[in-house]
Amino acid sequence: MNIYDASHFDSDKTFDVDVAIVGTGAGGGTSAEILSHAGLRVLMVEEGPYWTAADFKMLESRSYPNLYQESAARKTKDKGINILQGRAVGGSTTVNWTSSFRTPSATLAYWRDRFALQDFTDEHLAPWFAKMEKRLSIMPWAEPPNANNDVLRRGAAALNIPAAVIPRNVKGCWNLGYCGMGCPKNAKQSMLVTTIPSALERGATLLSRTRAQRLVADTNGRVVSLECVAMDSQGIRATAHRITIRARHFVLAGGAIGSPGLLLRSDLPDPYRLVGKRTFLHPTVISAATMPEVVDPFSGAPQSIYSDHFLYVDPIDGPIGYKLEVPPLHPVLTSTTMTGYGLQSARAMENLRYTSAIIALLRDGFHEQSSGGTVELKNDGTPVLDYPITEYVWDGARRALQTMAQIQFAAGAKSVLPLHENATPYTSLEAARAAIAGFPMEVLRTRVASAHVMGGCGMGSAPKTSVIDGDGSHHHVENLSVFDGSMFPTSIGANPQLSIYGIVARNATLLSQRLA
Amino acid sequence: MNRRQWIGSGVAAAALLVVAGAYRFRALSESDRDILAAIGPVMLAGSLPQGDDAMRAFVEGFDKAVAGLTPSVQAEIAQLFTILRVPPLRMLATGVMRPWHLADGEEIARFLNRWRYSNIIQLRSAYDALHQLSHGAWYGNPRSWPQTGYPGPPKLS
Repeated sequence: MNIYDASHFDSDKTFDVDVAIVGTGAGGGTSAEILSHAGLRVLMVEEGPYWTAADFKMLESRSYPNLYQESAARKTKDKGINILQGRAVGGSTTVNWTSSFRTPSATLAYWRDRFALQDFTDEHLAPWFAKMEKRLSIMPWAEPPNANNDVLRRGAAALNIPAAVIPRNVKGCWNLGYCGMGCPKNAKQSMLVTTIPSALERGATLLSRTRAQRLVADTNGRVVSLECVAMDSQGIRATAHRITIRARHFVLAGGAIGSPGLLLRSDLPDPYRLVGKRTFLHPTVISAATMPEVVDPFSGAPQSIYSDHFLYVDPIDGPIGYKLEVPPLHPVLTSTTMTGYGLQSARAMENLRYTSAIIALLRDGFHEQSSGGTVELKNDGTPVLDYPITEYVWDGARRALQTMAQIQFAAGAKSVLPLHENATPYTSLEAARAAIAGFPMEVLRTRVASAHVMGGCGMGSAPKTSVIDGDGSHHHVENLSVFDGSMFPTSIGANPQLSIYGIVARNATLLSQRLA
Repeated sequence: MNRRQWIGSGVAAAALLVVAGAYRFRALSESDRDILAAIGPVMLAGSLPQGDDAMRAFVEGFDKAVAGLTPSVQAEIAQLFTILRVPPLRMLATGVMRPWHLADGEEIARFLNRWRYSNIIQLRSAYDALHQLSHGAWYGNPRSWPQTGYPGPPKLS
């Protein structure tokens, strides 16, 4: 059997393979399938647990501590932004809400223009996106949207704001609404049920509960080994057991906080101090509405309607734009995200079945006042993202709160609560508008979240402004590639999973040809 | 189910909990639990029922939530509880002058508001930590769901 839970190890271990892949999310899973099918001996390292459909009980109290980084309570350095990021075999693909968009044309044009990534055209990438769409059964959701998403559809329609149906990576979906807790029906075509089993069938090895600590290079600057520690069965503390992985090539796919963190812990060249810089989040603000009808926002496909209208009102490098989507509302996620305590929070929770929410994902990284955050190491060597929110970004957050309130009232909301500590439910658009215009926009007053961590090992043609080239190869270390969301030189402006799948499919295929 | 019946059913559940045996705390000390016993009924006023059994469920849920954080964040939570526990620090940081078990709801609400709206970002983040852990602890528990109308996960055949 080639699947190991390192928390059960009773001694140190050594593995020898062709390619070691750190992380099993969108990037790691896609790489593992392509490289193992090219005949290479592949080993996947995953810090989280190996859980499968039978373990997914649709309970927040089980899923958040077990399947997310830091129990789904990961924060930026000043605690101002809550980050949802997976930590399990399958990475964030095991717990994401299935929205699948190709990289927007405007984003690719910006990369060609600013980072000299000349190959990154729609035409060049289209076959790679098409390949992964087919592999993961990605297509627009064919069922009607749930009532929560229908609020966005109706409100946008009433205001003549274009909105559309979200493509999802599902096959035989039961429309339950629990994608964020792990799909109990194996309907979500996450890495857990697609590329990873396929790589394992080709003889790949999977180590779960294994934390990658450090890459070790020889005197010629080639990475020779990856040092790991076995985690305990809860994934909280390291055990005494060390795991050494020797390989010809190393692939980083630990996510845009984990991958820069691993590089920062390793003694590898970074002459322009770029590792961890330009890390982006799609900072997300939230507006809750009380509807006259039952919404049951915990039920049904969590995300099925979106609007990109406010991404394209201004040029991409103008005032910050935002994508509109809808979040599922289960009791823990809702009560911890809603503002207020005591009776204010109790009343909000009593309204849960009538509550709908819209989120606005701000497209960061396309303006000089939006250079993202920086991944740093804490004293214990674990990574943390320092992400200051600039006035430029706050301006977009305020506009987004105005937009969402307008859409919710247009859809018939009885009241709207922008998630800000100073807010109360407003029963008219005029009242909401006036209040939002006056909010002090600061962290830990305005609720800000993120489920999309991108950048930190950005790609580009020039080593002075990028960590890796467009093929994902490290500029200074020959046998090291970065194949995950940390490769993006800006945010994507859309949920990033399909951008990772498509670009990594291309780059892992190029790598497999190089290593064959 | 009305509120009284709901509280009543909680008492029955408490009896079961006692039978089920003692929970082993992994993160919170006994004094931390006493502080939570004072703050919880204010933070969750209107949702956390009165009574030992609900309080026990809340404090155990809080402990589980803290135990699931990274060691460095657990250390920060421990510092937060030190500030709440040591009398001069408590008085200075929270404005609560009496020991927690004597402080009344109004005094504790004043403290929560003081941190929630503070101009000092660290105090706002400390409030947010208490808010997130308290709500996560209670609303992760199926006993909180009837009041919200959340039916729980669908039954799969």
